[in-house]
Amino acid sequence: MNADYLKLGNVQLVMAAALVLINVGISIWLRLGLAKSLMVASTRMVVQLILVGFILQSVFELKNPLPVVAIGLVMATLAGIAAVRRTGRRFVGVYRDSIITILGSAFVVTGAGVLGIIDVSPWYAPQYTIPLLGMVLGNVLSGVSLALDRFMEGVARETDIIENDLALGATRWEAAHPLIRTSLRTGMIPTINGMMVMGVVSLPGMMTGQLLAGAAPTDAVRYQIVIMFMIAAATALGTLGVILLAFRRLFNDRHQLCAGLLHTSGRGATKW
Amino acid sequence: MSSHSAAPIDSPDLPQSGNPVLAQEILLEAHGLSFRVEKRTLWSGFELTLPAGERLGITGPSGSGKTLLLRTLAGLEPLQSGELAFEGRTLSQWTMPDYRARVAYVPQRPTWREGTVEAALHAPFAFLVRRSQTLPDEQLRKLLHAMGRDDDFLHQRTERLSGGEAQIVALIRALLIGPSVLLLDEPTASLDSGTAEAIEELIIGWVNASPERAYIWTSHDRTQLERIADRWATLEPAL
Repeated sequence: MNADYLKLGNVQLVMAAALVLINVGISIWLRLGLAKSLMVASTRMVVQLILVGFILQSVFELKNPLPVVAIGLVMATLAGIAAVRRTGRRFVGVYRDSIITILGSAFVVTGAGVLGIIDVSPWYAPQYTIPLLGMVLGNVLSGVSLALDRFMEGVARETDIIENDLALGATRWEAAHPLIRTSLRTGMIPTINGMMVMGVVSLPGMMTGQLLAGAAPTDAVRYQIVIMFMIAAATALGTLGVILLAFRRLFNDRHQLCAGLLHTSGRGATKW
Repeated sequence: MSSHSAAPIDSPDLPQSGNPVLAQEILLEAHGLSFRVEKRTLWSGFELTLPAGERLGITGPSGSGKTLLLRTLAGLEPLQSGELAFEGRTLSQWTMPDYRARVAYVPQRPTWREGTVEAALHAPFAFLVRRSQTLPDEQLRKLLHAMGRDDDFLHQRTERLSGGEAQIVALIRALLIGPSVLLLDEPTASLDSGTAEAIEELIIGWVNASPERAYIWTSHDRTQLERIADRWATLEPAL
């Protein structure tokens, strides 16, 4: 794994930035209105990555489990918050539900992968745990936010249909079941579609990284297979968890739908 | 017998004509119900006694909370105050699906999952609460006939139903599940007068067919209430 690869200096980073600057120039020239957001996004990306590089560098050098776990907790919490911020509606406690499920599902699955499958030693080896957790979190985040958004949207739009079922004697589970199914499917679609075309249409990021670092392709695909199963398992667990928690909040134990608990977030569904 | 503080029941008409109400069992009973939306009290101190065999009308201006009253009685809204009991057991002693299978609420504007009318009629029979029951086919034919519809009606898509047809399907579905109490929210609001009369006849016939039945019917229309109710209550906006 520690084969030779070309290290990049500052000059090369500036040259890469020039690729974007050319497009900024075109945007200004043709007045496409993309220049500002392209610049902001590029700057954010550079600053965030450089900071993360420094943090990870020091964590890697410390060789201590505490900072590794701490970073994992911070990443999972941020993912939990980000998942809710992408949704169009909210209810009281939605942040807690999201953080708990994302933290739980990502830690359980990453833990099983690192300890049980890849058998890393020491268990906290940051070279494995942090990138794997990061990839799992990124996918759980989008699964959870898609499923949660679909579920809350469904409760708000299909209130009458759900209450119709309740009024006819359905339990809250029976009345919510079609919506729960749809929401879970919505949350899982990106992961399932991703696996469908993996290696054919897209070369996944982790595998690409390993190839660049000099790993043999046959080894790299093995890692990719493991991580894809981890991602699929964690996303399934996370979407199911968050939908069940949201279900318990919006449907009380008297089998009543409390749609009044939902309010709109006042932001677009895709904004950060 | 039944009144509430905001507006006492006026029952000037028939002294319980055909139905020997006084000797009957009390089906639905409510004490001290109130409903507040944000800071506005829609009604409070609501009292209700609904004996078997009774046909109770509820009227009141738009926005007085007639629909919310029926939804509360159907257990779809949490009780904000007071008590509600069915057949002598309070609401908290019932499991909600059992309660709602016996006290059926028919909304004014029914909505449907995608599918045919037939699927919509079968849907409630897939619920756990009716695990030992199947849709009574013969009764369905009779109800369709009474509404002047044939089997083709069963194959229509629910999303194409007119407002009036949707009310007919909702009513047929409520009758098929065999409740004791029907809570009818303006059940003829979207219907032509001929169909409305057929519905009135159907529901009055339903209540008279068994001594253990009763209904609560909301309406704007005083002359309709005179036809379909033994007595009625007026919901007036609380101050």
